[in-house]
Formats: sequence, C-alpha cells, structure tokens
Amino acid sequence: MGDTEKAIYSKTTISHRKDLKRSNRLGEFLIEKTIFLIGTTAIIILGLIFYYLVSTGLNVFATVSVSEFFASIGWFPVSSNPKYGTVPLVVGSLMVTMGAILISVPIGIGSAIYISEVAPQKVRTVLKVIIEFLSAVPSVVLGFLGIVVLSNWVRITFSIPTGFTAFTGAILVSLMALPTIISISDDAIAAVPKDYRDASLALGATKWETIRYVLVPAASPGIIAAVMLGVGRAIGETMAVLMVTGNAAQIPDTMFTSVRTMTATIAAEMGDTVRNDTHYFALFAIGSMLLFMTTVINTIADYVVTRGKKGGR
Amino acid sequence: MLKVTISDLNLYYEEFHALKNISLDIEDKEVTALIGPSGCGKSTFLRTINRMNDLIDDVKIEGLVMLEDQDIYNKDVDVAALRRRVGMVFQKPNPFLKSIYENVAYGPRRYGIKAKNQLDEIVERSLKKAAIWEEVEDRLNKPALSLSGGQQQRLCIARALAMEPEVLLMDEPTASLDPIATGRIEELISQLKKDYAIIIVTHSMQQAARISDKTAFFLMGEIVETGKTKEVFTTPKDKRTEDYITGRFG
Repeated sequence: MGDTEKAIYSKTTISHRKDLKRSNRLGEFLIEKTIFLIGTTAIIILGLIFYYLVSTGLNVFATVSVSEFFASIGWFPVSSNPKYGTVPLVVGSLMVTMGAILISVPIGIGSAIYISEVAPQKVRTVLKVIIEFLSAVPSVVLGFLGIVVLSNWVRITFSIPTGFTAFTGAILVSLMALPTIISISDDAIAAVPKDYRDASLALGATKWETIRYVLVPAASPGIIAAVMLGVGRAIGETMAVLMVTGNAAQIPDTMFTSVRTMTATIAAEMGDTVRNDTHYFALFAIGSMLLFMTTVINTIADYVVTRGKKGGR
Repeated sequence: MLKVTISDLNLYYEEFHALKNISLDIEDKEVTALIGPSGCGKSTFLRTINRMNDLIDDVKIEGLVMLEDQDIYNKDVDVAALRRRVGMVFQKPNPFLKSIYENVAYGPRRYGIKAKNQLDEIVERSLKKAAIWEEVEDRLNKPALSLSGGQQQRLCIARALAMEPEVLLMDEPTASLDPIATGRIEELISQLKKDYAIIIVTHSMQQAARISDKTAFFLMGEIVETGKTKEVFTTPKDKRTEDYITGRFG
C-alpha cells in the first residue's frame, strides 16, 4: 500500500500534448533506415556468396559430365587423363561425420544430462567452463595433437599400417562437435519446467527414471537440434581432418583406412589450381555441395527447434 | 485414526529458520487445511511430508515426521516408496507432455506394472475416482495438454491416485483455476476424503471453511492455531488468527 500512495502523491507530473498530432521525427527515421541497411547487408552478402559459389561451380559441367561428377569413383584431377568423380570425397566426408556422430552423440547427451541433472553446483560450473574452453581450441591445434598423439595410438591399438584413418578424423571431429552438442542439450534439459521433475519424483519415480522418461523426452527437440548443429560442425570441419585422415581419395572399405573429405580436398588442392580451369571449377562445385548439405542440416535443426518451442508434437 | 504425526519440526534454508517447532496431527479420512499469508511456510511444510524438500540443497530438517508408525526421515527409508504412499498435487496443473493415458499410467509403470490390461484397469479406475473419466474416455490417447486447465488438474489428481496413496498433499490445487473448475475440484476433494487423509494448502478462507475438517493457521513459520475448522473460524483463540480470517492482514 505504502508504495502506491507515494506514487500517487509524488510531485513529478507529466504534461501531455493536447492535440495528439504526429510530429516529424527525423532521428527516428534515420535510425530505422540505418538498422534496415545493416540488417539486410548480411543477407545480401550471404546471397552473393551463394550465387558466386554455385555459378562458378556450375562451369565444371562444361567439360565434365554430370554423371561423372556425381557418380563416378575416380578423383584424379591432376593426372594426364583427369577424372572428376566426387563419390570418394562425399563418402569420406560422410564416414568421418558418421563416425564423429556415433562417438559424440552418446558422450554429448550423457554429459549434458550429468551437467544439468546430476552434478553438484560447483562441478557444474567447472565443467561448463571446461566445455567452453574445448570449443575455443583452434582446430589446427587439435589436428597437431591428432598427428602426434592420436594417430600413433590408433595405429598401435588396432595394429594397422597407418594411423591416418577415417576413424582418427572421426575422433578429432567428435571433440569439436562435443561442445556444441553438450551446451545446447544442457540448455534444452535445463529448460524443462521444474514442474515435470516434481511431478515425476512425487509419483515415486527415481531420479534416473525421471531423466529417462520425462526430462529427455521433453527436451528431445532441443537435443535433436543440438545433434544436427554438431553434425553441421562436423561436416564443415576442415583443418583437423586434413591433417589426420591420410587424404587418399579412395572409397574406403573400413573406418581404419585413409579417406579424403570434401573440405580437405578443397583446402589441399585450391592452391595448385589454375584459375578458371576445370579443376578450379570442380572445387567450387564441391564447395556448393557442402554449403547445400550444411544449409539443409541447419534448416532441419532450426525447424525442429521452433517446433519444440511451440510445444507441438 | 492418526495418519501422519509431526512433532517439533524445524526446517532451515541455510541460515533462514523457515519452520519453527511445528507439531500437527493429521487424521485419516479428513481434510486438513493449512492457511496463512504467502511465505509463511505452508508449502514448505507440505513438502516435508513427502520429502520433496530433499531436492533443495542446503536444507536442514530436525524433528519427527511419522507416517503411521514409521519415521519418514529415518536413514533406511526408501524415498520413492514413501512418495508412492504420500501423493501430491501441485499448484499449477503439471501433466507430462504425454497422452492422457500415459500420464495416469506413468506412476504404475515406474512401479513395475507392465501388463496392458492391469494398466487399463488402473487408468480407468483412477480417472473415475478423479471424476474426469466421462470427459476423456474416448480420447485417452490425445495429449494431456489438449485438456482445459481444470481438466488437467483433475488429470493430475488421477495421476496421483493411480499409485493408491494413503495421504494426498494438495498445494493450492485451485489457485490457477476459474470458479467453476474450482467448484468441481472442491466437490472431488469432499468425495476423496472418504478414502484418504488429505492435506490442502489454500489461500482462500472460504475454501478452507467449505471443505476442511481441521485447520492449521501458519504465520512466519509457526503454527499459531490449530483445531476443528468450525472452531478456528467462529471462535479463534488467538488474536492473530482472528485478524487474518477477518481480512485485517495478509
């Protein structure tokens, strides 16, 4: 009561204009237009990138047939009889990505559950900082560790001739996808209303049952989005996979052979191409494919997240 | 028959002394209403009876809470088993993001009942007890969130009843409902007290007067007065109780 009375009897008054007419506010107008320009710049730049990439890439089909590019299995751009089949590169990318998902999704979701539901407050804070830190490690540093430490471990543990394999790449990339998966899943689980937790526990469910049957299902849109964004990160990753996957453009028969990913191909070969020759265009076409793949994945993730927010299922 | 006996209960949130020397007897097949201004400890007290306060860090509890002849804060008490015997309905209807059927079947499933016919039977019986069966029997597989607020609250009551508890704790179960839905819940509570010991926290003096047999008046973490509802409301012994129920503060 006291506060309201004070407000009513306070001495400051607001004098209103009687005519209520719109006044010309130049400042408002300028600010609005400036913000519009800044906002659209990003979209325009993105559109230009897309256009440049695709239009340059399409030139490859002047000399290479569509079926050779998408369906043949030889990638020999610098041979005297050059071949531009991207299948091994796509398979390489998919294998590294799939391997990374298989490793990072269980660990990521498990960590997220631990951080949001099980860990004591202090441990939680420390873990979150460490995960932030992991996401800040430059991929070239991870790649370096991959060459020096991880590839040796893979070679010796699985007694194979080389440690530079799809599996090695998958481990490294999973390290890079983990922070994304953990932090977004953690947010999704933490955002499940406390009411659900209380309701489940009050019915005599254990903590684990509550996590398994109530929290994770309720957070599943967010968790799926986290996985998708992690996948996007994994497919687009270049430097680390370039350093540890061996870069043999072949169709691999197991996870323990060398592969060459789409990203690594572009990074490794772009410097050797002649501007506007077929090889150059082919790399642009691969870039377009990558952009297309990540866009589709991000769009799906986005759709799942918005659908989750609306509470529909 | 005494169902729950609370003696000399003290509860601390870190340094804050939230419940002070609470002693209260809860009779079976009666409704006990807890009234008092916001923040006086009613809900905290309610949550000590099914140990939901265990979930909060830095809570210290002293004193004795007995469910029949068992000390529920004893070290070897299985909290899940306790919560099956002491059900709870919350202030805001909080059905899971599952179907109507799965909401009610949730508790029994966790308890280990798997047979479809047994679950069907429990779901139907619980929904009938909660007086919502007729409204939902032909759409048991629809999402629980498609129900109205009042229906959701009765579904939550059915969900609690599915575990066949002995005590039912209700934390302002009608606070977010309109008068008609509130009326239905109150009617339901009067039905349910034939089988359960019910403890209800309420902000509505009229509600306490309408549905409860006993009333306990909480103020700043203490029970100021407790007794038969009629007596507490017509001839309060304490001046503070009189002030509160006549609306002079709170």
